[in-house]
Amino acid sequence: MLGLLWLVPALPLAGFAILAIGGGRLPRRIVSAVAVGSVGLSTILAILVSARHLWLAPEGGVYSQTLWQWMRIGDFVPTVTFSLDALSLTMVLVITIVSLLIHIYSAAFMAPEEGYSRFFAYMNLFVGSMLILVLADNLLLLYLGWEGVGLCSYLLIGFWYKDPDNVRAAMKAFWVTRIGDTAFAIGIFLLFTSLGMLQIQPILREVAGYPVGSALCNASAALLLVGAIAKSAQLPLQTWLPDAMAGPTPVSALIHAATMVTASVYLIARMHMLFLRAPAVLSVVAIIGAATLLLASCSAIAQNDIKRILAYSTISQIGYMFLALGVGAWAAAIYHFLTHAFFKSALFLGAGVVIKTLGGEHDIFKMGGLRRHLPITFKAFMLAALTLAAVPPLTLTLNSKDLLLNQVWLSERGGDVLWLLGVVGAFLTAIYTFRIVFVVFFGPEQGKPGARPSLWMVIPFAVLSLVGGLVGVPELLNLLFGMKGFYSYLHSAMQGPVRDFGFAGGEWLFQAIYVAVSASGIALAYLLYRSVPERVRSLALTPVGSALHRLLFAGWGFDRLYHRAIVGPYVWLARLNRGDFVDLFYVAVAQVSRVTSFILSLTVTGNVRWYVAWIVIGAVIVLGLVVIL
Amino acid sequence: MTAIFYLSAVLAIAATVLAVTRVNAVHALLYFICSLLATGVMFFVLGAPFVAALVVIINAGAIMVLFVFVVMMLNLGPQSAKQERVWLQPRAWIVPTLLSVVLIVELIYSLMHYSSVVAAGRVVPPREVGIALFGPYLLAVELASMLLLAALLGAYHLGRGVLRFAGGQS
Amino acid sequence: MATVPIEVGLFIAGVLFCIGLVGVLVRRNVIFILLSIEIMLNACGLAFVLAGSHWRQPDGQAMYFFILTMAAAEVAVGLSLVLQIYHQFGSLDANMVNRMRG
Repeated sequence: MLGLLWLVPALPLAGFAILAIGGGRLPRRIVSAVAVGSVGLSTILAILVSARHLWLAPEGGVYSQTLWQWMRIGDFVPTVTFSLDALSLTMVLVITIVSLLIHIYSAAFMAPEEGYSRFFAYMNLFVGSMLILVLADNLLLLYLGWEGVGLCSYLLIGFWYKDPDNVRAAMKAFWVTRIGDTAFAIGIFLLFTSLGMLQIQPILREVAGYPVGSALCNASAALLLVGAIAKSAQLPLQTWLPDAMAGPTPVSALIHAATMVTASVYLIARMHMLFLRAPAVLSVVAIIGAATLLLASCSAIAQNDIKRILAYSTISQIGYMFLALGVGAWAAAIYHFLTHAFFKSALFLGAGVVIKTLGGEHDIFKMGGLRRHLPITFKAFMLAALTLAAVPPLTLTLNSKDLLLNQVWLSERGGDVLWLLGVVGAFLTAIYTFRIVFVVFFGPEQGKPGARPSLWMVIPFAVLSLVGGLVGVPELLNLLFGMKGFYSYLHSAMQGPVRDFGFAGGEWLFQAIYVAVSASGIALAYLLYRSVPERVRSLALTPVGSALHRLLFAGWGFDRLYHRAIVGPYVWLARLNRGDFVDLFYVAVAQVSRVTSFILSLTVTGNVRWYVAWIVIGAVIVLGLVVIL
Repeated sequence: MTAIFYLSAVLAIAATVLAVTRVNAVHALLYFICSLLATGVMFFVLGAPFVAALVVIINAGAIMVLFVFVVMMLNLGPQSAKQERVWLQPRAWIVPTLLSVVLIVELIYSLMHYSSVVAAGRVVPPREVGIALFGPYLLAVELASMLLLAALLGAYHLGRGVLRFAGGQS
Repeated sequence: MATVPIEVGLFIAGVLFCIGLVGVLVRRNVIFILLSIEIMLNACGLAFVLAGSHWRQPDGQAMYFFILTMAAAEVAVGLSLVLQIYHQFGSLDANMVNRMRG
């Protein structure tokens, strides 16, 4: 049974191959059947393999399956090997289940669009690449998956390529992540030249012998971190994600909420041994996480486009994951990823339903009162929003964010400042989340709602939302009755120190703090957007208010900064070099030959006796040279 | 014998100079025939009787005769001699003579470093030449015959339209 | 049977060659140009025979044989060309050939 592990990434890739080659000729039913079917089969296999893995518990907790030898260069023999342990098991399950539900959703969502088979081909390729990424045994294969998901992200953001804005957004995403990819590649090179191997487990064992803070660990960890920052859209490379919302909503849900952007969280968690040996880099991780989550939350409050709000929300939540990684709480970070994947993609799918119903309207202030028109959507959206805002009693769960913040407080690397920033972020999260809920679903009806959305769209969305809400139940049970939940499983697999609050009831105290913070955030949102929306508008019109609004709306001005500092000068240089000074050499060669040809053509006079004379002169000269030399 | 060699060498050079400087075509040809005969004597004295005969028979007796025929056919009369005198200005000789002098100097220079022992020579009879031609040089002989065939065809074809004006059939 | 130092013989051949060369460059009448070419060929033949005699082998004479053959072929074709020139341009001036635009 475990031997079928390779099918889990192979099936979506096979789906991609079928759709890439013949998709244009197949009818839509078959295309969606192939796409959804391949992911579905992969999901079933993933569940079965995972169950077997949990039941069988192979030695060391890792099951490896080598498929073939990739290449052979001297001593360097990388193989295509998939390894399954607790971390990758979690990732695989999340990826497959979320992908399956989003595929079913997109079958209905993308129905009126052209390029149907192209869309599903790219989606399948993405799922295959992501699975390769998380199952990879060595860094080279991981990098392959990394690049694959980057490629699919580019292809899918620019899916509606006829609009140049979409293409620009896709290119921007690709270029910014390229910075990270290059740093990541250099990090891999560094590790390879220093350690001579690329397999992850041996590398981590080797690195464990190095002193803390050694140059190799610091350098490679820093380079990997740059790669992670770019891929996950953290400060300072977060500018591409809000623009990436130009792609279709299922793409935003799958790639830019649930999976690709969390690939770097997986990377850091996987290589945590290396990062432990580079404490400076870990501190940077935590600081970046904290800064990002605050900045992004602030920006989210000022956005009008529903997808951009959710994009900034994603950036902010990944900031939380980075914060957890930075303080050494690996399991907490992965657990937050798990829940986030579900509720964030649910929110995106819900946004997609709303957008579709209103005929392509993205501005939330042009929506209103949809709770009467879309009851199921409203309930599911509400559930996901409550999960995002972390209000446990209402959702019967122990929220992952709360667990995370507990770890931040308790960890020796963390402390109160970072914890406080996290709490402030939670407050802001509650505000912007319920801003959406109140503006979109409550209030007077604006815009003309169209037909009811297809059941194929609503059901997956509802299922995702439900799972997101309920996935925390085992943790609650763990707290109350000591049952093993996901978090405990992850915790046992990734060795982090077990911490506890020193005093009894510590958990409940902090839980109360979190509830209070979230509730006050929701209340503030209600106040601002439900009771007295006019106050908000008048506040926004004051000079300070409008300046602040502009700053937050533009994402703290990063785009403008990069444009002025980097893009502008580079474009100026490129324009300067329009003649291309490197070409000068080749142009010169051509010119020389042209001139020589002209000079020589002067000798072609047509005068026969001249020719004879020149033959003789030439012979004399050559003979002279022969005689002299 | 050596004296005869040098004498005919001087004769050949003098006749060649005269051949090049005449204005009358037939005179020039005749002087050149004289030079060829002197060359033939030189060959004989060097112990190459076969080629000595060849010079006289073929070079002077066929090639030059052909020249003479053509000149006569073209009927170059006194006005052509006048034309030649016009063309043959003294100042036209300067540059070519200069080039030739340079060439001779180079030749002398390369010959200077070459001092050979003057050993006794030998007469190479036609028999040996024949054996050489039909032995190692057989292929070249065949090629030469093909060359002659090609020349024959070329001359025939090139001369076709011309002969009409000379009063003959093409 | 004369024994001549080969440098002297080659010098003589060289002088003959140069005289022919001067003739090619100076004369304007195509008949004379052809004649001068013949002079040069003869000089080359002399050089070969001299070499053959120096080495006391028949190869020099065999080479002269080929040179002679080639000269004959060349003269035949050349003279028919001369006739063509006379027919086309009405004169034997080598400069008339320039009209063919090289």
